[in-house]
Amino acid sequence: MCAFVCVHVCVRLCVCVCVCVCVCVCVCVCVCVCVCVCVCVCVCVCVCVCVCVRVRPLSHAPGLPCHSSYGYRMAGLCTHALLLAACALPCSSLTPPAQVSPPQQQPLSLALNSSDAGLLLDVPVALRVFSVDYHHVQAPFEIVLWIMLASLAKLGFHWSGRVPAVVPESCLLIMVGLMVGGVIYGVRHSAPPTLSADAFFLFLLPPIVLDAGYFLPGRLFFENLGTILWYAVLGTLWNVMGIGLSLYGVCLLAPESLGDVSLLHCLLFGSLIAAVDPVAVLSVFQEIHVNEQLHILVFGESLLNDAVTVVLYKLFESFLRMPTISGVDVLLGGCRVVVVGLGGLCLGLFFGLLAALTSRFTSRAQVIAPLFVFLYSYLSYLTSEMLHLSGIMAIVTCAVTMKQYVEANVSQRSNTSIQYFLKMWSSVSETLIFIFLGVSTIQDVHMWDWPFVCSTLLLCLLWRALGVLLLTAVVNKLRRNAVTFRDQFIIAYGGLRGAICFSLVFLIDDFPKKRLFITTTIVVILFTVFVQGMTIKPLVELLEVKKRKRALPTVSEEIHSRILDHLLAGIEDVVGYWGQHYWKDKFEQFNKKYLRRFLIREERQECSSILRVYEELERREQRGEEETPITQVEHCSQERTLILESRPHSRPLLPEEMDSIRRILSRNLHNFNNKQTPAYSRHTLHQESSTDRVRKPLHRRQSLAESSSYPSSAQHGPQGERLELSGSQRKRTGLSRSHTVCSTSPRPGPLDSPDPEPAGQPQREGQGPAAGGDPSPAPPQTPSEHQEPLRRPPKKQLSFAFENEKQA
Amino acid sequence: MGSRASTLLREEEIEEIKKETGFSHSQITRLYSRFSSLDKGENGTLSREDFQRIPELAINPLGDRIINAFFPESEDQVNFRGFMRTLAHFRPIEDNEKNKDHTASEPLNSRTNKLLFAFRLYDLDRDDKISRDELLQVLRMMVGVNISDEQLGSIADRTIQEADQNGDSSISFNEFIKVLEKVDVEQKMSIRFLH
Repeated sequence: MCAFVCVHVCVRLCVCVCVCVCVCVCVCVCVCVCVCVCVCVCVCVCVCVCVCVRVRPLSHAPGLPCHSSYGYRMAGLCTHALLLAACALPCSSLTPPAQVSPPQQQPLSLALNSSDAGLLLDVPVALRVFSVDYHHVQAPFEIVLWIMLASLAKLGFHWSGRVPAVVPESCLLIMVGLMVGGVIYGVRHSAPPTLSADAFFLFLLPPIVLDAGYFLPGRLFFENLGTILWYAVLGTLWNVMGIGLSLYGVCLLAPESLGDVSLLHCLLFGSLIAAVDPVAVLSVFQEIHVNEQLHILVFGESLLNDAVTVVLYKLFESFLRMPTISGVDVLLGGCRVVVVGLGGLCLGLFFGLLAALTSRFTSRAQVIAPLFVFLYSYLSYLTSEMLHLSGIMAIVTCAVTMKQYVEANVSQRSNTSIQYFLKMWSSVSETLIFIFLGVSTIQDVHMWDWPFVCSTLLLCLLWRALGVLLLTAVVNKLRRNAVTFRDQFIIAYGGLRGAICFSLVFLIDDFPKKRLFITTTIVVILFTVFVQGMTIKPLVELLEVKKRKRALPTVSEEIHSRILDHLLAGIEDVVGYWGQHYWKDKFEQFNKKYLRRFLIREERQECSSILRVYEELERREQRGEEETPITQVEHCSQERTLILESRPHSRPLLPEEMDSIRRILSRNLHNFNNKQTPAYSRHTLHQESSTDRVRKPLHRRQSLAESSSYPSSAQHGPQGERLELSGSQRKRTGLSRSHTVCSTSPRPGPLDSPDPEPAGQPQREGQGPAAGGDPSPAPPQTPSEHQEPLRRPPKKQLSFAFENEKQA
Repeated sequence: MGSRASTLLREEEIEEIKKETGFSHSQITRLYSRFSSLDKGENGTLSREDFQRIPELAINPLGDRIINAFFPESEDQVNFRGFMRTLAHFRPIEDNEKNKDHTASEPLNSRTNKLLFAFRLYDLDRDDKISRDELLQVLRMMVGVNISDEQLGSIADRTIQEADQNGDSSISFNEFIKVLEKVDVEQKMSIRFLH
């Protein structure tokens, strides 16, 4: 086995080194602190494997046949799994779950008090050249190791061939967690560390919800808001009551085993198991690409039902503690739902507006601008948790509110940072949650009871299906766009449960059947994530549910949508009907008149959405997007023909253009090694705003009317400019967590293309001066100068190219 | 005004309007009372000033064009029939209408007719083409005053480029339909008329 692994594995250099370091440190720690022998043995085995692994360079011989590379990857995955287990073993063996603090105090007192006669352990008599103090770094070390485990698992998952296409990521992560938990249990014969409810609610959940809220498609969400609220509030109430009451009925039918489960307990259990979980829904729905309306319905419901869930859970919990319950209490409970929901909303609005206002003043300290987004959102979450309001609603509202203002105020780089960090944190959080779900499943506290577990499963599915059917029948009469039966099926089937129920069940006050509840919750979660998660994709294909259209937005669509909005608002005014468009229009006017003026920087205020779409498309075209639809590829301009990406050419070059290009190329190739890119230090970032104005117009603008001299159609925008090569920007609209590492669908990985880019850089920079320095076929350059203050993305490479030309 | 309004609208008129536009009886009566409340001169027709008296319409960037759409060619007054005919374009398409046979004349609220209505918003001179200038006018109304002409021109160029297929630098009705084929026009251009 070892020999096989040694010979056939092919791991990437950096990953191998990291893991080696981890394992070696663990080994040292183990050895010095003298834990049980079996741990050492396991670790040594893993170290041997690691050492024997031949580290191959990044680009191995291309002549290798495909099946061997698949074998390599599978073997690589096995090695990863082994090494992960090795990482988890030592750290977990050193930390039993509930005793984190005492061991920390002991060694400290030992170190300080060597004359203490009581506990005379290893008192050093000579100066130690090399010492290890694990307990000093214990807490952060373990946290980092767990995060490392989660991230490596995710990496391994994406490298494992065709598995991602069939099994959703969440399932695999739970399986990894189960494996690690099993290993830890096997070594220590006691429960592995579990996910504490506090850690989950305070640290792991907010990034995911913030990410979801920030990238929420606002327009679609508000158009469907009525339906979403209908499902979230009424649907959850229906589910809770239904499941609670019918479970009580089941308990009454089996009094010998379930006799001590009271109605309130059942209702409490119903309240935590009925809620659809946003984390699970997000992670599964991200990969199935259903149409946006369906997605927003399920996802919006999972976000907004938090208010109802929180209130019902706390309500039933407090009822359990109270000696008697009166009707007034139930009524007060109902009021609390409203207070919790609206309170969370208002808090979110408040913090969102504050964040927008703060971002207005960040022009001089752009590096910390993204930080405000995170700080304010997290603050809104914590404040609402403190006041027992709905934290999820607060953070989602905060994100939705501040997004448009922050995006307008903050520089392009900061925008990219915000998006990337959000994706990264939410990805890590989600991975950790699922792994801990798996690990926490392995415990001593399970109590199995066939009737209860099976009936809970069945009832969950049944009540959800019934609820969706009934509610949709009612709401379809009020909607313009009816929810079809197929969509309803997916909504009902996509009601996945996740880590929120898991944490809530641990928070119940102890009573004899608590362990049964825990087991049942775990079973329900595992069932929904595995069975429903894995089968939903084939079902979507089978039922031919309408999928998401993968097309880029075009400027025409944006313009026509806006026109239709205005038109419909006008017609509603004529008819005297205060419909959706009327209110939307009113809000837009209010927004423009007061909010935007107050919250957005002066120079950025008049930015209509049409202009934004147009600029975005221009940027994309210059970077050479692969996803551009065919209609835009056909009309490509002159400069783009010189770019290395494979695109069909439009027309042949004029001889003087060819000459100038040749000149620029020969000049710039000499300067290739000069490395004049300005050093990136956090104190020089604000220079980008000044370079905006210094920049000379590089592009030629030919309107259609003047294009008669050229057979091709118009060039648009600054084609000659080469914007910054940050690969993150190109992925902006298609950005999803599972796609940032490697796409799950068989698309060419966008991360591979940064490699040819530096090689193409000198040529691209040649375009800039080519376009700018060539006055002959150019229309007047002065009008294009007016656009410079309006262009937002920083273009450092271009000023560099200009310096180049001046020197040469 | 209620009772007086309903007596002014005869039953056979309601039936005709119902056949032509597809509205229900109660919707027609309700819209008639709205028509009468707009009709300050009480002469059974609406003029442009009556429309301009609606406050929100005045600040709508497309206000004038919408008002124009109600008035047939070179006329200054619109009666209730014409009013309903225009509003019929915005009736939601119902399921039972989707499968009608195509030999019957197309109802006013079919997708093509809705798109034609939107097309006429751009095409003021009714030459069945949206030229660059017409597009520029609309864009200027919608985008505001702080954008330079150059930039607006390039946006207009890009729009035409995305849509134009026969290379005549203007958008014909068929090209317009093609551009909007991905947009759910039936849903976007519908108002829920209360029963």
